[in-house]
Amino acid sequence: MKDFRRIALFTLVIGVIPFCTQSGVMLNFVMTALYACLLSQAWNVLGGFGGQFSFGHALFFGTGAYVQAIAQMQWGLSPWVALPLAMAFAAGVGAFVGAASFRYGLKGSYFALVTLAFAEVFRILATSVPFTGAGVGLMLPLKESAANMQFANRAGFIWLMLGLVTLALCITAWLRHSRFGAYLQAVRDNEDAARAIGVNPFSVKLIATVLSGGLMGAGGAFYVQVFQYIDPGIAFGSHTSVEALVGAIVGGLGTLWGPLLGAISLHILADLTRNLFGQLPGINMVIYGVVLIVIVMFLPRGMAGLGTITPLQWLRGSKRSDGDKS
Amino acid sequence: MLDLNILFPSVLNGITTGAVYALIALGLTLIYGVLHIINFAHGAALMVALYGVYMLKEKLGIDPYMALPIMVPAMFVLGYALQRGVINRASHGKDENILLVTLGVSIVLENLALLFFKSDTRSIETAYTLTTVEIGPAFIALPKLVSFAGALVVSVVMLLIVQKTDLGRAIRAVSKEKQGARLMGIDVDHVYAMCFGLGLASLGAAACFLMPAYYVNPQVGNGFVLVAFTIVVLGGMGSFAGALLGGLLIGVVESLGGLILGESLGQVGIFVIFIAVLMLRPQGFFGAKA
Repeated sequence: MKDFRRIALFTLVIGVIPFCTQSGVMLNFVMTALYACLLSQAWNVLGGFGGQFSFGHALFFGTGAYVQAIAQMQWGLSPWVALPLAMAFAAGVGAFVGAASFRYGLKGSYFALVTLAFAEVFRILATSVPFTGAGVGLMLPLKESAANMQFANRAGFIWLMLGLVTLALCITAWLRHSRFGAYLQAVRDNEDAARAIGVNPFSVKLIATVLSGGLMGAGGAFYVQVFQYIDPGIAFGSHTSVEALVGAIVGGLGTLWGPLLGAISLHILADLTRNLFGQLPGINMVIYGVVLIVIVMFLPRGMAGLGTITPLQWLRGSKRSDGDKS
Repeated sequence: MLDLNILFPSVLNGITTGAVYALIALGLTLIYGVLHIINFAHGAALMVALYGVYMLKEKLGIDPYMALPIMVPAMFVLGYALQRGVINRASHGKDENILLVTLGVSIVLENLALLFFKSDTRSIETAYTLTTVEIGPAFIALPKLVSFAGALVVSVVMLLIVQKTDLGRAIRAVSKEKQGARLMGIDVDHVYAMCFGLGLASLGAAACFLMPAYYVNPQVGNGFVLVAFTIVVLGGMGSFAGALLGGLLIGVVESLGGLILGESLGQVGIFVIFIAVLMLRPQGFFGAKA
């Protein structure tokens, strides 16, 4: 299929980058950009295709990160075993939160709030219980070898991340073309109508939350492997949730390449502002916020929607100040 | 078993904290009740107001309580402008867009504060910061008592505005039936912005009452925002009485939770209540319909 051929091409092109350059800055950029892509694509599965806006995706990120660290440090497992385990735990948390929320019909703002609250509960718990290292956090011992998933250079991390991004892309492509994906988008567009034609909105949304949570958990696990440190604020703080959702929305919700486009553009933007303004604290997040507002204001379909509308439609769309909900 | 001599001060302390929570939730519930949107920028707006009070005290030497006549109108104007200039314009009237735009506004405000004030936690010194008042076996800080009284007064004023004035009638009309209100000649965009202004004005008052006994840093709003949401959901979206009672209740829960479970884990009680109420009774205690 066309989508899968494009994904294969993408993976191939990014995969050879480490052979073409030795520049640490360049390789670091590729790695962090891919990482941002994974977070946004994970959010897109639930937010873009499922229409469920989570403001607490850090919940899954943090779960994955802590499982990855704890599995190695306390259970003595190999990081290569820990990674699928981290994804499974994050997916499990997704199943729990999804089941709890959708069971009681929470949607829209309520769903956003409840995910935010769950992330906050986990943050407080992680600060309070001993096996997460409480407020001090967990420091992964440095043992540099491929078997320990601590690669000597960035290339290894890039290939690992590329594998995860490719997985996320394949899941998204599957959502675009499969029966399940059609169900999910039907539920997003009109839940009652979807139910009327025999779709079970509860289980459809639940599966989307599980998939999204699992991918986000992989992001957390990757973070631990690269930075070898995790604490409750990094794991469950709102920063990661925001990064994931802004990338997806800026790029284009419910599209295959949009979240990648958004995440990479924001990444470049953040790098540029760092170069322009030095290390002023907060400046890149100010830009995140402004870009989010501007995109919602002028490009409701994100950057991926740029090519599909004419300038006239764009102007008309942006001038409509009080659209009706019906 | 816990001694009553420990329990009573703890409850009293919770009630006075809860009154300020209620004040913050009041603005949120007004905005929700009329606009049917959840204002994610509420915590960030409170943070802005707290910095306002801080700057007035540090740069101009204005006492926090004397800053009330400055902060309340200033926050009102900010709210009005924010709703009319940014949120309404950017959202195209779609709920999920409003969600994202208010989130965007909160990110911008929070990080602008980080940019200008750094992440230091700041507080102010007043003559009465450490003054305490004896009530039975308990000692309560004077600023906390003042904020308790202030919260009650502001709640009554807000209630009067909504119940007795022309603006209040317009607000209630818009909240019930937007299209109908528009056909009756009510300027809906103006009413929306007035609501947002009033909501933020109450934050201005809350900031003045809060600052003498509290601190400010760029993230300070985050701690309040989920608490305020909890109160609004608990009391019923759009209900003033619910917000007031919910605020007091949450204050006590937090205080007792801290006493029993320890300072950091005590906060969990609030979120557990929040999640439970959202799931089991999303319309809250006083809300008619979610």
